[in-house]
Amino acid sequence: MAIAAKSSDHLHGRAYWSRDGIGPGIYAIAPMLPGTAAFGLAFGALCAQKHFTLAEVEVMMAIVYGGLSQFVAVQSWPDSLDLSTIATLALVTATVNLRFALMSASLRPWFGTLPAWQAYPSMLLVTDGGWLAALRYREHGGANAWFFVGGGLVLYVVWLASSVPGFLLAEQLADPKKYGVDVVMPAFYAALLVPAWKGARRAIPWAVAGVVALAVHRLASGYWFIISGAVAGSLSACFFDDE
Amino acid sequence: MNEFVHSDMLGAFIAMMIVTAASRAGGFWMMRYITITPRVRRMLDALPGSIVVAASLPLVVGGGGVVVLALAAAMAVTIIRRNEFIAVITAMVVAATARALGFGG
Repeated sequence: MAIAAKSSDHLHGRAYWSRDGIGPGIYAIAPMLPGTAAFGLAFGALCAQKHFTLAEVEVMMAIVYGGLSQFVAVQSWPDSLDLSTIATLALVTATVNLRFALMSASLRPWFGTLPAWQAYPSMLLVTDGGWLAALRYREHGGANAWFFVGGGLVLYVVWLASSVPGFLLAEQLADPKKYGVDVVMPAFYAALLVPAWKGARRAIPWAVAGVVALAVHRLASGYWFIISGAVAGSLSACFFDDE
Repeated sequence: MNEFVHSDMLGAFIAMMIVTAASRAGGFWMMRYITITPRVRRMLDALPGSIVVAASLPLVVGGGGVVVLALAAAMAVTIIRRNEFIAVITAMVVAATARALGFGG
């Protein structure tokens, strides 16, 4: 097939496990580490202000593992937890984290060639940064699953550890914006968009995603704008031919 | 354990964990039933940029001048050096400095 020869083809290369992918995987997500640590610091400080115990912070970070969703949830944490407030928290978390479904969907052509017991646990490591680094690796023909999992595990550990000093130094870190923590994620995104630019035509879905996200952000409360913008942008690509 | 993690808090965390893990596993699972036609491939190719723009643009627009300035600096650094690490640090320094100098946003 002619398509199979294209460098951006998602189908080439069955996934395999080789430890020599761990180093490059960690190197690829290294730019994320200071931002992740800063984010975790700010999150730990926020939780201390909301009177969480340190154990609660760590349990949440370990089992939820969705930085932005945790931030949003804790900022609006209810005074008393019952079935209805917990359901609200779950819904807020879902609106922020549904984008992970799109990300793991795009990893299917790669990780789908692995047995399910290896592929599904790997998907639990999907994060914005880890996923973007993995996609770029894949575009250059990579297929080593350790690249994604190795980098993902390091991000996970840094994330868990970073909240501890934040929790303990909550007083000093009361205003994360003072240290520019709020620009970490968008700056990383912006940096990744630059090499992803392949001409205005290929960026039409980006524009669609941006317009829809802005509209939903204005019209609906909460974080629905992420998933609706992302889905709209991706769907719009249906209607444009590549060449 | 209950002294450190209150049981109602644990319940909330588990609810958040379930929806998040379901998102991470769900997309992967769903693609099992979707054939990757050229059209689906175009959608997957458009996904990274779409997610990035959708997740950050409303926050950037709402963030004001300092955020826009910081991101412009990050992109400029990326164009010159192709290094995300320096780009992120530059953006943080620009934002923190601008705010220390009294600029809002």
